[in-house]
Amino acid sequence: MKLKQTLLAASAMALVTASGALAQTITVATVNNGDMIRMQGYTDQFTEATGIGVEWVTLEENVLRQRVTTDISTKGGQFDIMTIGMYETPIWGANGWLVPLDDLSAEYDAADILPAMRGGLSHEGTLYAAPFYGESSMVMYRTDLMDKAGLEMPEAPSWEFIREAAAAMTDRDNDINGICLRGKAGWGEGGAFITVTGNSFGARWFDEDWNAQFDQPEWKEALTFFVDMMSESGPAGYSTNGFNENLSLFQQGKCGMWIDATVAASFVTNPNESSVADKVGFALAPNKDGIEKRSNWLWAWALAIPAGTQKEEAAKAFIEWATSKEYIELVAANEGWANVPPGTRTSLYENPEYQKVPFAKMTLDSINAADPTNPTVKPVPYVGVQFVAIPEFAGIATEVSQEFSAVYAGQQTVDEALAKAQALTTDAMEAAGY
Amino acid sequence: MARAVTPRRKALNTVVAWVIGLIIFFPIMWIFILSFKTEGSAILPPLDVLRSSWTFENYGVVQDRSDYFKYFGNSVVLAFGSTLLGLIIAVPAAWAMAFVPSRRTKDILMWMLSTKMLPAVGVLYPIYLLFIKLGILDSRIGLTIVLMLINLPIIIWMLYTYFREIPGEILEAARMDGANLREEVLYVLTPMAIPGIASTVLLNVILAWNEAFWTLNLTAANAAPLTAFIASYSSPEGLFYAKLSAASVMAIAPILIMGWFSQKQLVRGLTFGAVK
Repeated sequence: MKLKQTLLAASAMALVTASGALAQTITVATVNNGDMIRMQGYTDQFTEATGIGVEWVTLEENVLRQRVTTDISTKGGQFDIMTIGMYETPIWGANGWLVPLDDLSAEYDAADILPAMRGGLSHEGTLYAAPFYGESSMVMYRTDLMDKAGLEMPEAPSWEFIREAAAAMTDRDNDINGICLRGKAGWGEGGAFITVTGNSFGARWFDEDWNAQFDQPEWKEALTFFVDMMSESGPAGYSTNGFNENLSLFQQGKCGMWIDATVAASFVTNPNESSVADKVGFALAPNKDGIEKRSNWLWAWALAIPAGTQKEEAAKAFIEWATSKEYIELVAANEGWANVPPGTRTSLYENPEYQKVPFAKMTLDSINAADPTNPTVKPVPYVGVQFVAIPEFAGIATEVSQEFSAVYAGQQTVDEALAKAQALTTDAMEAAGY
Repeated sequence: MARAVTPRRKALNTVVAWVIGLIIFFPIMWIFILSFKTEGSAILPPLDVLRSSWTFENYGVVQDRSDYFKYFGNSVVLAFGSTLLGLIIAVPAAWAMAFVPSRRTKDILMWMLSTKMLPAVGVLYPIYLLFIKLGILDSRIGLTIVLMLINLPIIIWMLYTYFREIPGEILEAARMDGANLREEVLYVLTPMAIPGIASTVLLNVILAWNEAFWTLNLTAANAAPLTAFIASYSSPEGLFYAKLSAASVMAIAPILIMGWFSQKQLVRGLTFGAVK
C-alpha cells in the first residue's frame, strides 16, 4: 500500500507543478512531419508573447486520425487543437464538430490563403481549419537520365510521354527503374494515386446519383495503362511501395521518375539525404492526351479547434500565430526560404526570395491545377481530388485499393479487380443509404 | 532411458539454435545499428549501412524533441501498477479456483480467457465514453485499471496453474495450526508460490509495457507511455528511420535488460505445466 500511496502522491505533485506553471496550456495533436516538428521548436516564442503554454501530442498519421476521430466524435475534450486534413475538415465541419474560423483578426489576412486550400478546408463557404502546410503532386525526374535517353521533359507532360520516357530510362542491369509510383494498399497511399490517375483519364468514383463507376471504360483504361507501364518500367514488388519506399529508391538513384507529393521535392534535393540532389527536375503531373484534367492531388495539413473546448480563445491565438505570414518569415529568417511551410499563402509565392526556391513555382502551379469541387472531366456529386469527402470513403477506398494492389502483385486481372471494386462500392453505398 | 547424444549432433543442435536465435534477434539488432547512423545512410543497402560512419546524434535529437523520462516514468507506473493491482485480485481468485473448485470453475476460467478473444477496438467507444464520464481520460490511474483488466485473465490462469502444483495438504496443515484464511494465503501459499508469482509478474510487466492499443487511444499529453513516444517518430511521409530506431531502442532497452536478467524465471513461467 505504501508504494501505491507514494506513487499516487508523486503523480498528484507532478500534475500540480505542471498546471501551476502557466496560466493556460493548450494541447495540440499533430502529425510527425518535418514542418510540424520545426514548429514545435518555435513554440517557446509563442508562449513568451502570449503566456499560453503548448503541450504537443505527436502521433503517426494513421494513429492520429483514429485518435482524434474517437475524441471528437465522443466529445472527449482531450485536445484544444487538432491537426487534420482536407478529407476530415468538410465532413467534421458539416457535423458541427469544429469551431468555425470566420472571425480571425484582420492582421491574419485570411483572404491571403490560397483559394484551392480555402475551398478544400471549408464547408458551405465557412473556413473550419487553417492550413499550416499544403501540397499537390508533381513529376520529379532525373535530369541526367533524361539527357542520356535523349529526351526533354515538357513542363506539362502527357501520360504517353511519361511511359515512353520511363521505358527509355529503364536500365535493369544497373538497377534503374524508369518510373516509381505508389502501389501500396490504403486510401491515402496507392488509393490516392490511382484515383488521381483515374481523374486524368476522365474516370470518376461516382456519377451524379452516387452510383459507383468502376464498370465504365475510363477506369479500365486508366488501370490497364498504369499496370502495363509499371510492368515495363517499374520496380519489382511495387504493389507494396508507398511514399517512403519510393523516396528511398529515388534518393538512392534507382528511379528515373517519381510522381508524388510536392513535399518530397525538399527531401530529394537535400544533399545530406539524397545521392541525386543536384540532378532533379520537376514537371506538372501528367494527363492523358485530350483530357483537360491532370493527375495532381491537393492536400493540406490544417489546424482546427474541436467544438466544446474550454480554451477556444487561446486555441485561436495559437492558430493565428502558427499559420501567419509572420511565422513563415520567422522560419525563413532562421532556416532559409526552402524550409518554410509551403502551399498555403498567396503572398509567399509573390515573394521574390521564395520564387528563387527551385520547386516553388511548380508547387504553386500544381496546387492551382487541382480543383476539389470539379476533380475530373464529368460532373461529380462530391468534393475532393484524390478522395471523396464522405465518411464512408476511407473504408471503401481502402478495400478498393487492396483489390488494385492484388492486380499489381499479379494475383488477379484488371477486369476482376474492377468488377470486385464495383460490387463492394455499390454494396457499401447502398448500406450507407445513398 | 535418455537418448544418447553424440558430440556431432550436439554441435549441430547448437549451431541450429544459434542461427534461429540470431534470426529472431536480427530485427532488434538492426534497429540498434540504425540508431547510430545518419538518416541518409539508414536507407542504404545493408552492407553500405554497416560501412557508413557511426553517430550518437539521433539520441540527442530524440531527447531534445521529446521528454523521454516523462514517457519512461509513465511506462513504469502503468506496467508495474497494473501488474500489482492484477496480483491483488488474482491471488485470491486463483486460490479459490485451485483449492476450492466448484462445478463451474473450468467454465469460469474459459470465460475469462474468452474475453481475450474480442478485438480491442470493438470496445473502444464504450470504454472511451466511460472514461469521459469518470473523468479519467489521459490519467495513469485509468490506464492502470484498463491494463490490469486486459492482463487479468492471463495472471489468473498462470497463478491457477502454479497453485495447482502445490499440495493442498500443506494449506490444511496451516489451518490445523490455527492460521486463518488471510494468513494461509499470505504466509503459507504466497511464499511457496514465489517463483510462479515472479514469472507471472515478469510476463505481465512485459505485456503491459508493450501494450500499444489502449495506451495510444486513451492518452494525450499526461499519461502517455513509451508506446506513444515511439509513435511520435513514425511517419508515412518522410524517412526518419534512424530517429525512429533510436526512439525504439530507448523504449525497449529497459524491458529488454529486465528480461535478460530474468530469463530463467520467464521461461519457467511460460513453459510451466507443459511437461508433466
